[in-house]
Amino acid sequence: MAETVCIDGVTKSYGGVAAVRDVSFTLREGETIALVGHNGAGKTTLIKLMLGLIRPGAGTVSVLGDNPAAGEFAARKRLGYLPENVSFNMALTGRETLAFYARLKRARSGDVPGLLDRVGLTAAADRRVGAYSKGMRQRLGLAQALLGDPKVLLLDEPTTGLDPALRRSFYGIIDELRAKGATVLLSSHALTELEGKADRVIILNRGVKIADGTIEELRGIARLSTRIRIRLADCEPGRVEDWMKRTGGWRRVNGHMLEIDAAPEEKIMLLRGATAIDAPVADLDIIPPTLDELYAHFLGGQETIQ
Amino acid sequence: MRTILIVARKEIQEGLRNRWVLATTLLLAALALTLTFLGSAPTGNVGAGALDVVIVSLSSLTIFLVPLIALLISHDAIVGEMERGTMLLLLSYPVGRWQVIFGKFAGHLAILAFATLLGYGASAAVLAATGVSIDAATWSAFLSMILSSVMLGAVFIAIGYLVSALVAERGTAGGIAIGIWLFFVLIYDMALLGILVVDQGRTVTGDMLNVLLLLNPADAYRLLNLGSGSVGSLSGMGGIAANAALSPAMLIAALAAWALAPLAAATLVFSRREL
Repeated sequence: MAETVCIDGVTKSYGGVAAVRDVSFTLREGETIALVGHNGAGKTTLIKLMLGLIRPGAGTVSVLGDNPAAGEFAARKRLGYLPENVSFNMALTGRETLAFYARLKRARSGDVPGLLDRVGLTAAADRRVGAYSKGMRQRLGLAQALLGDPKVLLLDEPTTGLDPALRRSFYGIIDELRAKGATVLLSSHALTELEGKADRVIILNRGVKIADGTIEELRGIARLSTRIRIRLADCEPGRVEDWMKRTGGWRRVNGHMLEIDAAPEEKIMLLRGATAIDAPVADLDIIPPTLDELYAHFLGGQETIQ
Repeated sequence: MRTILIVARKEIQEGLRNRWVLATTLLLAALALTLTFLGSAPTGNVGAGALDVVIVSLSSLTIFLVPLIALLISHDAIVGEMERGTMLLLLSYPVGRWQVIFGKFAGHLAILAFATLLGYGASAAVLAATGVSIDAATWSAFLSMILSSVMLGAVFIAIGYLVSALVAERGTAGGIAIGIWLFFVLIYDMALLGILVVDQGRTVTGDMLNVLLLLNPADAYRLLNLGSGSVGSLSGMGGIAANAALSPAMLIAALAAWALAPLAAATLVFSRREL
């Protein structure tokens, strides 16, 4: 797959404080990437670097063959961007605003009604943007980012302010673009929301890249344990204690529940034990580590290194 | 070029929508018509032609009003868009920063030119309609007054952009813009006059005075419109203009330089700015 965005050894400081430190990664066609980190981790700084709004102190940035730091902007015709807090001129209507951006991007003006329809703004298209709610502005922001059939989409916290139905249709649009071979970069401060949406996760903490890979790869690196919880069957007293002694490691949650944190390689053994004929088990739940735990693991690891 | 026109078109669209165009045109027309009617009363039927009087009064009005309007429209152009967050989105489009500045300049200048032409044109139209005879020389002086008023507006729009590109907050830009207006329109001339009176022609030579007059775009405009022909004798500026030995071409060149230099500086500052 061809590379669309390449960040190489980039450092950017604001007044002596490093917002991004020596970050490198490459984004390819058809990839959906989640850029995850706390507020102030450097997500927005990285996106601004890709847009050429700021220049790196060290390292190079390349977007669709352009060097944005040198003021090159030809490739931005095929780039869509949704800022974290999108704002528009209040005096113009939604349709006028979108038509202006379409002209700037040399996109077909015939695309405008279709895009408005896609984000559910057709009814409000001829009202002033000043009268829009936050969610409507966010939708207009999304519509402008989709102008001109973008090859690279940079979406900074795109789903804030969207209701669940719109969120679903938003991810539907992202899937379509991915199928067409677009690179989609989603930034978010929570990993949970992006479960199943992103092919790849890049975790940032305090301006440093601390993890980069698919969610499965990250799970493999983190070696987080899976929690197994069983509900005990009714049986004669002492049998449970006996079984617990034999298998070992189980803790009592309450009178009829036991649980254990299983490392990846002992998971199957433990399950075999719990599902054996003689085990006093009525029901069983397997709780894989959540993305939040995964995220916390990487952030915690970073903290101890420092 | 197309990008510049797209940006300019949006600027005009916004100007029409938020009533800038309407307000400016009405203000200029109202003042021009007032001066036309008041101004023609004292002259009666002797002496200067009616339109000559109008040129003198309108030029004096322009020196105060046009720079003020120009700075009002322009001081917000860059820092305001940055503060509202719309600049972030605009610059993510295939637009160079110089194209943003030049596009805005074209749009704002078009708004100002439209208001001036319509507002001042109204007073000439009224005079012509009332059957006052106006000779060709006066017509050409009137036309040059309108054109140079637009140029004066261009100068202060460009200066406003430079301020807007330099500062971090809108409020600062507004304050500096008012300071610049006061300096060029009021303080500079008073100071110059004071120096001339005190100096009594000992160190300030005629050449130096020329340079000092060209260093203020408002003075260049004043000399251009009030210094020559029948208008000159009426405005009392004829004396200075005759001694100043500055040709209209030089004054126009000075105005053009005053517009282009701040515009270039604003472009340079804005392209280096991070946001």
